[in-house]
Amino acid sequence: MDFNFSDEQNMVRDGISRLVREQYDWDTRRGIIASDAGWSPEFWAQLAELGMLAAPFSEEDGGFGGGAVETMLIMEEFGKGLVVEPFIPSVVCAGGFLKHAGTAAQKEEYLSAIIAGEKVFAFAYAEPQGRYDLANLTTTAKKDGEGYTLNGQKAVVIGAPWASHFVVTARTSGGQADQNGVSVFIIAKDAAGVSLRDYATVDGRRASEVYFENVSVSADALIGELDNGLPLIETVVDEATVAVCAEATGAMQVTHAMTLEYAKQRKQFGVPISTFQVLQHRMVDMFMEYEQSISMSYLATIKLDEGEAERKHAVSSAKVRVGQSARFVGQSAVQTHGGMGVTDETAVGSYFKRLSIIEGEFGSVDHHMRRHIKLTAAA
Amino acid sequence: MNLEFTAEENAFRDEVRSFIENNYPQNIERAAVQDDMTPEDMTAWHKILGEKNWSVPAWPEQYGGTGWTPTQRYIWSEENARVNAVMPLPFGVAMVGPVIYTFGNEEQKAKHLPGIKSGNVWWCQGYSEPGAGSDLASLKTTAVRDGDDYILNGQKTWTTLAQHADWGFFLCRTDPDAPKPQQGISFILVDMNTPGIEVRPIKLIDGGYEVNEVWLTDVRVPAENLIGEENKGWTYAKFLLAHERSGIAGVARSKRGVEQLKDIAKHEMLDGEPLIQDMGFATKISQLEIDLAALEITELRTLAGEQAGKGPGPESSLLKVKGTEIQQRLTELTLEAVGHYGTPDFRSFPADGSNDFPIGPDYAHSAAPTYFNMRKTSIYGGSNEIQRNIITKMVLGL
Ligand SMILES: Cc1cc2nc3c(=O)[nH]c(=O)nc-3n(C[C@H](O)[C@H](O)[C@H](O)COP(=O)(O)OP(=O)(O)OC[C@H]3O[C@@H](n4cnc5c(N)ncnc54)[C@H](O)[C@@H]3O)c2cc1C
Ligand SMILES: Cc1cc2nc3c(=O)[nH]c(=O)nc-3n(C[C@H](O)[C@H](O)[C@H](O)COP(=O)(O)OP(=O)(O)OC[C@H]3O[C@@H](n4cnc5c(N)ncnc54)[C@H](O)[C@@H]3O)c2cc1C
Repeated sequence: MDFNFSDEQNMVRDGISRLVREQYDWDTRRGIIASDAGWSPEFWAQLAELGMLAAPFSEEDGGFGGGAVETMLIMEEFGKGLVVEPFIPSVVCAGGFLKHAGTAAQKEEYLSAIIAGEKVFAFAYAEPQGRYDLANLTTTAKKDGEGYTLNGQKAVVIGAPWASHFVVTARTSGGQADQNGVSVFIIAKDAAGVSLRDYATVDGRRASEVYFENVSVSADALIGELDNGLPLIETVVDEATVAVCAEATGAMQVTHAMTLEYAKQRKQFGVPISTFQVLQHRMVDMFMEYEQSISMSYLATIKLDEGEAERKHAVSSAKVRVGQSARFVGQSAVQTHGGMGVTDETAVGSYFKRLSIIEGEFGSVDHHMRRHIKLTAAA
Repeated sequence: MNLEFTAEENAFRDEVRSFIENNYPQNIERAAVQDDMTPEDMTAWHKILGEKNWSVPAWPEQYGGTGWTPTQRYIWSEENARVNAVMPLPFGVAMVGPVIYTFGNEEQKAKHLPGIKSGNVWWCQGYSEPGAGSDLASLKTTAVRDGDDYILNGQKTWTTLAQHADWGFFLCRTDPDAPKPQQGISFILVDMNTPGIEVRPIKLIDGGYEVNEVWLTDVRVPAENLIGEENKGWTYAKFLLAHERSGIAGVARSKRGVEQLKDIAKHEMLDGEPLIQDMGFATKISQLEIDLAALEITELRTLAGEQAGKGPGPESSLLKVKGTEIQQRLTELTLEAVGHYGTPDFRSFPADGSNDFPIGPDYAHSAAPTYFNMRKTSIYGGSNEIQRNIITKMVLGL
């Protein structure tokens, strides 16, 4: 048993922590999310330069030989600063697909560009009717000569306005929600027939509805096996889910620290409100919630490389615990701040909003509870 | 024990239902978020009710009240909630109005009550200050007597919809040396157009502007605007807080909210079935309905007590705590129900082409902002911690 990180991992953590503290303070973040672009390409370039976008990849893939632990450490620090840049869509998701199933040519063309920060990916998987079911797809890819033609709509594609490319899930055969008949493609955003409606998200990021109208791609746009993409998608989405859990643990720790600080300095009835026992106990509960979440984040990170059933079980366990904690910590922080908690001015409101959206990201508490129940019943 | 309405009460229900059906303005735009509505839309129904003499049902008849029993008033609010009516704002009708007819003099009644009743005069509540929230009695805004005037200085905050207000009722310190802070406070009516008043908007987490800072710099207010006696303002404020709490349970509106939630859960699909068929989600809706049923009967028991001549007591803190918990739970479940489409910020949607390419269903747009915004309900009107303190002290006697 060893909960220590290696020297290299500690270096990643310290480096990213310093970067976020020094380059991504609260006012800088506010400026970034209010800007036209809605993100900081300069910050992204800096991450690339420091090798952070390479952290979770093996040396033969052009990375530093790290993996899920590195992603966890980076995302936890990003959570502390509410970093909006698309580490999960581009590095964890697109990078994950390429790492697990990319051909040498695909890795050469895309993975090295992701690591260098030159190509930025978004992951277009959700659909308006599909909820959290990864196989429920009305987007189709039809065989067309040597290549494929795609049609359909993807919902709330995070980071799409910033992306140069998409990883897209599509149905290549079978019925709308069949497990088989799902495939994964890479599509350039500037391909003919791709259109976007961009918008901001309530937690300070940008996203789009992405439409594909007779978009033609060549055969080498397919990642992984034709019709058998679902296991690959589940693997990558589990990795992304664990990454967002780590982000939540970072955000919860800062939210808690902020609340403690506020309660100590806010006085009512002549005393700091931190002296009221009901608030003390609530802050104690917040602390216990995020500690439990950190434990589950570790567990799921470690289990990502285990067999499918064990991996899914751990990931869903983590997302349930983290989702519930995120709600409790966010709501409690707002309540303890009184009126200040519901203003746009204070950071606590932004942390609460991010935590609220994380609850549903890559599957809500209910979704993962259902998956946990099914896995338990099948075991 | 009998929960049935009498024949007269049922006839009353029919009467108000048909009045609402025939008169509720169809052109009121309910914005995705309530406080994005125009001031005209917010007061349109109030003005119609004013003409009908139904805008201030709870007031004594001599000032324009309807003389309805508490049960009739309950039926009235139920019927309005059925159509999701935009009701008169509480600041005039439920707060300062009762203070004026209870503690004001004849001139004050004649001057202010008609405008509150008609909906032509917009009121705001100037109590809270940056340093005085839960501990309201520590407020610092001063009113210093100068001839026939008071001169007001200080800062109020969280003043709801003050950006539209014509008048405000303010708590100010008139005796800084009183032995208890509660004893040096006065209740003063202020024309919001008086020089020296500056209203600065505060943006809330849902992106809307419903509260403000109100800065008062040498604001000269005629002394005739003092309600009752100088330094007795806390008594009037406490009286008002009790009034503020009746109706705070929001039962009728939450019932309507549950229906809306069920509609959403019928549209949203999970594994090929409507979400409402899912045992997990259906359990949560049922739990909410059960809690709401309990609250409704608790409120009716309180009403029955009122009908028997008992004023609203500290047990109304129970209505506030449970009522707001249910309102908040409703917004949690709505956000859960809409799935991915809770994430887009509808305020940022491009104005063009929305019908060709909708960004999720319309009902999803308000889910997250409403969830964020409704966190306020356990904070304002005496936070839920303060309400529990009140029950601890006044009900449990601890
Ligand atoms: C949307 C909104 C609209 C509002 N509208 C108005 C308005 O129109 N007019 C107006 O005058 N005011 C208004 N308010 C102000 C509101 O009444 C105050 O926010 C409220 O009284 C709480 O005060 P505070 O925000 O200073 O929080 P604080 O009093 O600082 O409270 C912070 C936290 O400490 C807790 N706490 C405080 N004292 C105790 C205690 N003794 N025991 C246990 N816990 C305690 C609180 O419950 C809260 O969780 C509004 C507020 C909001 C958010
Ligand atoms: C706009 C607005 C609306 C409000 N609405 C309501 C309302 O509807 N109902 C309502 O009752 N209040 C409401 N409040 C809160 C109100 O301001 C007071 O908090 C409350 O009425 C009692 O205040 P008090 O000064 O008499 O204090 P007290 O009666 O002395 O005490 C107030 C509360 O604080 C607790 N307390 C005081 N000192 C301490 C201490 N040292 N440690 C722990 N706890 C302590 C007490 O137990 C009590 O519950 C509202 C405030 C605002 C600004």
